[in-house]
Amino acid sequence: MNLHEYQAKSLLSEFGVEVPPNLLLKQASAKQVATALPASESGRWVVKAQVHSGARGKAGGVLLAESADEIVQAADALIGTRLVTEQAGSAGLPVNSVLVEPAVTIEREFYLALMVDRALQRVVMIASPEGGMDIEVVAESRPEAIFRAIINPTLGLGAYQARQLAFALGLDGRQVNAFASLALKLYRAFVGRDAALIEINPLAQVADGELVVVDAKISLDDNAGYRQTEWWQHRDVTQEDPAERKAIEHGLNYVSLEGNIACMVNGAGLAMATMDLIQQAGGMPANFLDVGGGTSAAKVTEAFKLILENERVEAILVNIFGGIVRCDLIAEGIIEAAREVELDVPTVVRLVGTNAEQGRQMLGDSGLALIAEDDLAAAAERAVTLANSNREVSQ
Amino acid sequence: MSILVDASTRVICQGFTGKQGTFHSEQALAYGTQLVGGVTPGKGGQTHLGLPVFDTVAAAVRETAATASMIYVPAPFAADSILEAAAAGIEVIACITEGIPVMDMLKVKAVLAQDYPDTSLIGPNCPGLITPDACKIGIMPGAIHTKGRVGIVSRSGTLTYEAVAQTTAEGLGQSTCVGIGGDPVGGLDFIDCLKLFADDPQTELVLMVGEIGGGAEEEAAEFIRRGYPKPVVAYIAGATAPAGKRMGHAGAVIAGGKGTAAVKRDALRAAGVHVVESPAELGVMAARVLAGQSQDVSAS
Repeated sequence: MNLHEYQAKSLLSEFGVEVPPNLLLKQASAKQVATALPASESGRWVVKAQVHSGARGKAGGVLLAESADEIVQAADALIGTRLVTEQAGSAGLPVNSVLVEPAVTIEREFYLALMVDRALQRVVMIASPEGGMDIEVVAESRPEAIFRAIINPTLGLGAYQARQLAFALGLDGRQVNAFASLALKLYRAFVGRDAALIEINPLAQVADGELVVVDAKISLDDNAGYRQTEWWQHRDVTQEDPAERKAIEHGLNYVSLEGNIACMVNGAGLAMATMDLIQQAGGMPANFLDVGGGTSAAKVTEAFKLILENERVEAILVNIFGGIVRCDLIAEGIIEAAREVELDVPTVVRLVGTNAEQGRQMLGDSGLALIAEDDLAAAAERAVTLANSNREVSQ
Repeated sequence: MSILVDASTRVICQGFTGKQGTFHSEQALAYGTQLVGGVTPGKGGQTHLGLPVFDTVAAAVRETAATASMIYVPAPFAADSILEAAAAGIEVIACITEGIPVMDMLKVKAVLAQDYPDTSLIGPNCPGLITPDACKIGIMPGAIHTKGRVGIVSRSGTLTYEAVAQTTAEGLGQSTCVGIGGDPVGGLDFIDCLKLFADDPQTELVLMVGEIGGGAEEEAAEFIRRGYPKPVVAYIAGATAPAGKRMGHAGAVIAGGKGTAAVKRDALRAAGVHVVESPAELGVMAARVLAGQSQDVSAS
């Protein structure tokens, strides 16, 4: 789960991290600005769209204002719009609030982050003097400008590790202590809130040498929602794909894709493999959909509903490896679900496992648009052929 | 032979009396696994499925001499269960549970590496492992397996069953199948399993099923490239997966342009692995490679 910048900064301040004074506006309220605007030494403020995406500045989501009036205007221009960033996709993300902060004059920009390194199976702290940039670009072009501290989970981040990073960044004496203190607090926040990523980019050095957390991005571990309930209550679902969100509510795993052939599969690996097969057969998958174990009629019904909401879908491929669950029961569930949603899109069903023959027979006898196919590759080819002919008919 | 477990392996189940634990323990018993008991704290002294229930893994090990455990404990308590098993001297721990916080697994990994270096953890978020006709520890359907020549290691569940069914259909059978799981932080990885299969005389070929995300397949490719004694067939799922989207498994995400199927396939091919483009070709390719190899042997 991703947090907004304002949420990330609030989470960090719980752990003693100093963040710039700010004002969150959910509407362009002159009254709120008049009463609660933090003072700015520079006489300027930044007004930042709160969306779950980076590269907001380039997309026009960060505006500069020199007066209360201009802040209200900027808020008015942003709130209620959709921000299309490089990362967010063409539909963009809704801007429901803006964060106003005093603008600071930045002398240097650093990058500082905590994340799980899968190869090392450890949390690592990453620091770079090349702040304000996309760290992946830096990693490609100037790998020597990236410094890492590998953290032992039973000990936590060592103060010496934090100091090493500070010296590597070229910070001076007083800054080293400030940096180390910040780094240790960030690590405590990472562990304390089950984060998957904490990224401060940029961490800015301002005129007096002080380090300022200018932007903060936090993702929390989806598996730890049960013990981080406070933050999960603040989840902003407007930033998520509505179909994907609905899927989660029904215990399904769904990702929208661009193609016209929907698939419904039990198991994430087999679901990805089924998408690959559709492409190899000359088609394009419309979605990733893992219905998980169990495969009850209720779950399959919800899965069909989800698939059919996508108007591009011209054929469906259901691929269920029955395993322990009997295929006749799965077929029963599919038929029941198909009846309930009045399935009218040609649907190829591949069932493997115990009583598969019986299941196929039931699908064939159902009088529904269900076509049984037992070979994996043949099933994908059939779905692609059906989608193509379906398209010709409708044209 | 086989790897990790065989017909003599004595197995316990943690989370024994729960719904999942009960169902899959019944399945394991029906398959012929030497399940010798289970653990549910507070229910020690009871009998479940005709087997003794213990309060602690330590007591279960003392009374039954079990060396392997399968864990069906809910996610909030699963990391603790893994450590309890390791502390009690269990050698092979298969954790089926999905949804364990990454922070918990990081600690488990560090403790295992430091205090229990000889313990093998499989999973979490995995189907478990099976040595056909001998020992089934996990949620896989036993009936699709046959004893044979192919060792299977996979990050997936049902896609592993696909590989199993295909090698069974080709008449090759399996030595041992290990589902290493779909989480970013877990126990045995591809390389650990490749090493075990290398030393197993029953395994003639290794079938690797990978997927997008992380760098485990690339690391395995580098390991194989430096010299591996047996042929390897591989499939990587997720060629059509978009970047930045998590595809069901917590670990299946292309992040920062890294971990794409194309990169993994290229790395494996460069290491001499027989990479199939289609998941429908796993069995056929394994059969072809083994047939070619026996011809080579008879020709020489």
